Amino acid sequence: MSKQAQHWEKTRGLLFITLAIWFVFSIGIFLFGAEMQSSSIRPFGYPLSYYMTCQGSLGIFVILIFWFAGRQEKIDEEFGFSEREDD
Amino acid sequence: MFKGKFIDNLPKIYGTYTGGFIVFIILMAIGEQAGMSAKVIGICFVAFTVLIYALIGYLSRTIQVDAYYLAGRQVPTVFNGMATAADWMSGASFVAMAGGIYFKGYGYMALLVGWTGGYVLVASLLAPYLRKFGCYTVPDFIGTRYGGNLARLSAVIVLTVASFTYVTAQINATGTIASVALDIPFNIAVYVGLASILMCSMLGGMRAVTWTQVAQYIVLIIAYLLPVFWISNKMGAGVFPHLMLADEVARIAELESQFGLGSIKNSAADLKEVPKGLSGITKAHAEVNTTPWKFISLAVCMMAGTASLPHVMMRYFTTPSVKAARRSVGWSLFFIFLLYSSAPMLATLSKLSLMDPNLATGIIGKSISEVQAIDWYQNWNQANLMFVSDFNGNGTLELNEFFMGGKAVVLATPEIAGLPYVISGLVAAGGMAAAMSTADGLVLAISNALSHDIYYKMINPKAETAKRLLIARVLLVLIGFAGATIAALEIQGILGSVIWAFDFAMSGLFFPLVLGVWWKRANAQGAVAGMLGGLAAGTAYLIAVRSGYPGFLDITQLTFGIVGSVVSLVLMVVVSLMTKAPDAATQKMVDEVRVPSGKAILGRQH
Repeated sequence: MSKQAQHWEKTRGLLFITLAIWFVFSIGIFLFGAEMQSSSIRPFGYPLSYYMTCQGSLGIFVILIFWFAGRQEKIDEEFGFSEREDD
Repeated sequence: MFKGKFIDNLPKIYGTYTGGFIVFIILMAIGEQAGMSAKVIGICFVAFTVLIYALIGYLSRTIQVDAYYLAGRQVPTVFNGMATAADWMSGASFVAMAGGIYFKGYGYMALLVGWTGGYVLVASLLAPYLRKFGCYTVPDFIGTRYGGNLARLSAVIVLTVASFTYVTAQINATGTIASVALDIPFNIAVYVGLASILMCSMLGGMRAVTWTQVAQYIVLIIAYLLPVFWISNKMGAGVFPHLMLADEVARIAELESQFGLGSIKNSAADLKEVPKGLSGITKAHAEVNTTPWKFISLAVCMMAGTASLPHVMMRYFTTPSVKAARRSVGWSLFFIFLLYSSAPMLATLSKLSLMDPNLATGIIGKSISEVQAIDWYQNWNQANLMFVSDFNGNGTLELNEFFMGGKAVVLATPEIAGLPYVISGLVAAGGMAAAMSTADGLVLAISNALSHDIYYKMINPKAETAKRLLIARVLLVLIGFAGATIAALEIQGILGSVIWAFDFAMSGLFFPLVLGVWWKRANAQGAVAGMLGGLAAGTAYLIAVRSGYPGFLDITQLTFGIVGSVVSLVLMVVVSLMTKAPDAATQKMVDEVRVPSGKAILGRQH
């Protein structure tokens, strides 16, 4: 397999992981809005569903993007596809 | 004062600017103590900030194509994040979001999740690849990737429909704020707003819009966060409201049951008295009040819409590298998060300060005549944003007898909580900044698509630089005027048309953009079918629902993008597979786009 094909395979793998995490916190958990609300997990004392819509999911998305960017940079470096700084 | 190049001095320049703005706020506060009237303070805030933006716009003037379309591709990661956040957060986010949360609770918060979650799609599916492509506009990508003027034209059509729907709402918002702060009639204020928007963008295109948006972000975030922290501390609710309002949320639930929320219904005859646009508290503050599907479908539409709106996407064309584009999406979302996570806190503080009889500001349970004598009640009643009426005739204000406009949560809460007027002036300046920055980005996205993709790429490919930029500027002014003229008619509310814009963009552009990078087999015929078919299906569904068709699967006029995008995906895949695969050159181009290294597909000057 060519270097480029391997790079793309890894990139696609990272995409699927990223989208899976995204799916859980943007769609998955809200299938159970009512159950989460009545659960005993209460971050900072807020009801769980309320907290996820106010801050929880939003904050996770911020972290997820930075994590994704870091991983993708590593993949690009591994196969020698990073940009030169002076580009 | 600043040695070296402008770009190297950015932190110093914007640091000085922020310091200067804080000094200005303090001066205004001193002025208020010395007896400056509320009206003069409001005018000073709006006029001063708008003049600064205009000055930045003038200093960023340019006669180069790549500076006009791409800000010279040298906007650093963090600053591009700030500019995107300002570009993104519209007058609706600033003025109406906390109000939406206040009245509709959980069901409305799907918008918060959608408007942030969409950035994950932007970062992972699109932004870095479109940056590598090196296009000037979104249709530039579609036109080059798929080939042919028809694909380019279809993309321009979708872009124009979505962005124009959005921009009228933003010009409307600048007009509303300018008319309140400067005390002039709305239909004149709309054109004052337009003039300020054009001053920021006309001379310098993307470069000018970038540097004014950074300045506008700084103003709007200070204007949003300062009151939230101040009110929270003043009420003794918590030094850091975001982590400390759990007791207040619980207290609201307690008061809701004490005041009989939901058990007392207003009769239709009583509700007729209430001025249009105002509503009472009818939904619990922090309870799950909608079905999972309704919540998720709205969130999905906002997420896919985010990843298809051209004025956001084009911000990532301005970074120095692919790597910077990726990180810049993270910074954008961080800066957006600062405001979005504060909106629910503001809604909580606002509601509690009105409801709690233990607080001096609480009005529920007081006598009607007492409430009607309060200064701020009279002000906001006159502005048509507050209303009380003694439906049951017991002389006491009940929870179901108090009505408020959504905008009042942001605009009136500082005054209700007893903050000095200087804060209200600051909030007006923040709202103006939010609406202007979004309008700028949108007007520029439309006029760039028309000038670059229609005029230069399709009509006159031999046009010289000077002529291209002249056409771009003339179009900018024309689009702005068209937007202002429609805004002056006041057809729909601000938030409704914003949500429509997301659905339009999602219907026509989401799959053609994503598959352009991720599916090599996608070809021009498929993309054209996907764009036009998706847009047509979405629009048809919207019109049908508006004219009384009950719809299916609980898809409403706020989520019609689901219909549009599914049609778009199916058409695109089927038509692509039925027609010839893209040629070898196109396939190679897609391979090139997928790696960050090497030259951009389209050069700096094209």
